[in-house]
Amino acid sequence: MATRGFTGRPPAAAIRERLPPGQYLTDDFPVLQLGPTPRVSTEGWRFTLRQGSRPLASWTWDEFAQLPRTRWSGDIHCVTKWSKFDTAWEGVSFDDLLAAAGLEAPTGFVLAEGHDDYTTNVPVADLTGGKAMVATLYDGKPIPPDHGGPARLLVPHLYFWKSAKWVKGLRFTERDEAGFWELRGYHMYGDPWREQRFTGD
Amino acid sequence: MSGTAFSPSPWRTATIRAIKPVTPRVKSFRFAPLDRPHRAGQHVDVRLTAPDGYQAQRSYSIASAPGDPAGIELMIEGLEVGEVSGFFDTVAEVGDAIELRGPLGAFDWGPGDGGPVLLIGGGSGVVPLLAMVRERAVRAPEVPMLLIYSVRNAAEAIARAELAARSRDETGFDLTLLLTREGATAGRRIDRVMIDTAIECLGMPRHAFVCGGNGFVGTVADLLVDAGVKPGVVRTERFGG
Repeated sequence: MATRGFTGRPPAAAIRERLPPGQYLTDDFPVLQLGPTPRVSTEGWRFTLRQGSRPLASWTWDEFAQLPRTRWSGDIHCVTKWSKFDTAWEGVSFDDLLAAAGLEAPTGFVLAEGHDDYTTNVPVADLTGGKAMVATLYDGKPIPPDHGGPARLLVPHLYFWKSAKWVKGLRFTERDEAGFWELRGYHMYGDPWREQRFTGD
Repeated sequence: MSGTAFSPSPWRTATIRAIKPVTPRVKSFRFAPLDRPHRAGQHVDVRLTAPDGYQAQRSYSIASAPGDPAGIELMIEGLEVGEVSGFFDTVAEVGDAIELRGPLGAFDWGPGDGGPVLLIGGGSGVVPLLAMVRERAVRAPEVPMLLIYSVRNAAEAIARAELAARSRDETGFDLTLLLTREGATAGRRIDRVMIDTAIECLGMPRHAFVCGGNGFVGTVADLLVDAGVKPGVVRTERFGG
C-alpha cells in the first residue's frame, strides 16, 4: 500500500543494492547503547572463553595483542535502520581464538558478554570461517570507547546489536539463549537481508 | 526497564487523527492507540511506501502517556533533509493512513519502577521523557521526578507551558529549563554543578534517563557517573545520525 503523497528519495541503484530492506545509508557513525560508556582500561583487561561458568581460555591485553591479526572491510547494518559502508576493522578472528586456545567449539551457540553486562547470542556457525572477530582497531586506530573500545565483537553479516561493545568474553551455551535485546523482542538471529529485526520477522 | 519477553506487533496501518504545531519546527501527530500498550519512553517505527514500492523507515518516540484515550502522540521535527520527517512536515494530513509498528525499545519507565527519577533531555530528546512525566502524573504522583531540559531558546522548547504548569502544580515534579542560546543562561551547558544541584533536590536517583543528540548524551551520561550515579542506573537514547 503506497503512502499518499510519499515519493521518498531512493538512493542511487549502486547504493540501493548494498542496502538491506528498510535501511538508509549514513556517513556518520551513530552511537547506540543502553547507558554510559563504561570506562574499560587495557590494564587489567581480560578476554575469556567460557563454557557455562567454567573458563576455557583467557588472555590479558598484552597476550591478546600477540595473537594472529585479521582485517575486514565492508558494510555494517544497525537495526535502528542506518547502514554504513566500507568500514575497516582489525582484530583477532574467532577461528584464531579457538586455535590459540587449542579448542574445538564445545557447543553450537555463544553468548557474547560486555563489560556493561550486555549480552547477545550468536550461533557458532556464524562466528567461524572468518565470519567474526574480536576487533581492537577501527579505521587503523584503537576503537574509541563510544564505539566499543578497547575491544568489541564484530559479526558484520548480522544486525550490529550482535557485535557486542566492550566485549569481555564469549560463553558457550548448550542452547541458543536469548541475550539482552533478544529477551526484549529482538530477533534471535538478526539477518539484515531477511529484515529479521524482531521476533516473528 | 521492562524485563519481560515480548513480541512487537506486526506492521499495521494507523490513521492520523490530529496534527498540531508544538514549536515552529515540531508538530504533534495523533494516531489511534497501539494494539499493545506502550511503556513511557518507548518508540514506534514508522514506514512510508512510495508508489514504486520503495520504503523508508524511521523511529519516533511516543510523547503520550500509556493509555491516553486521545491515542498515541508522536512529535516530529520537520528536518529539511529528512526523507520521512520532511513528509510529515509538508505532506501528511489528518486522515492519512500510515504504517506503524511497536511499541519498541528498552528506554522505558513505569510506575512499578519507582523513583526518584532524574530525566535529562536535550532538544527534541525531551519527547520520551515527556511521556514519563505524563505517566507519573496519572499513575505514580508519589514518585519524585526532576526534569532538566536543555534547549536553544524558549520558542523551541517542546511542551514548555505544560511542563511549567506541571512543575508549579504537581508536588514532587520539578523542572529545570536551561536555555543555551537565549537570556541569562546563553552559552551555558549542563554541567556538574547543575547535576549536583538536581541530585541534592531530588535525592540520589534510582533511575536516570538521558535523551538527545549524540554528543549531549555522551557528555551528560559521563557527568552523571562522575556525580556518583551508578552506571547501571543511567539509561541513554540518542537521536540523530
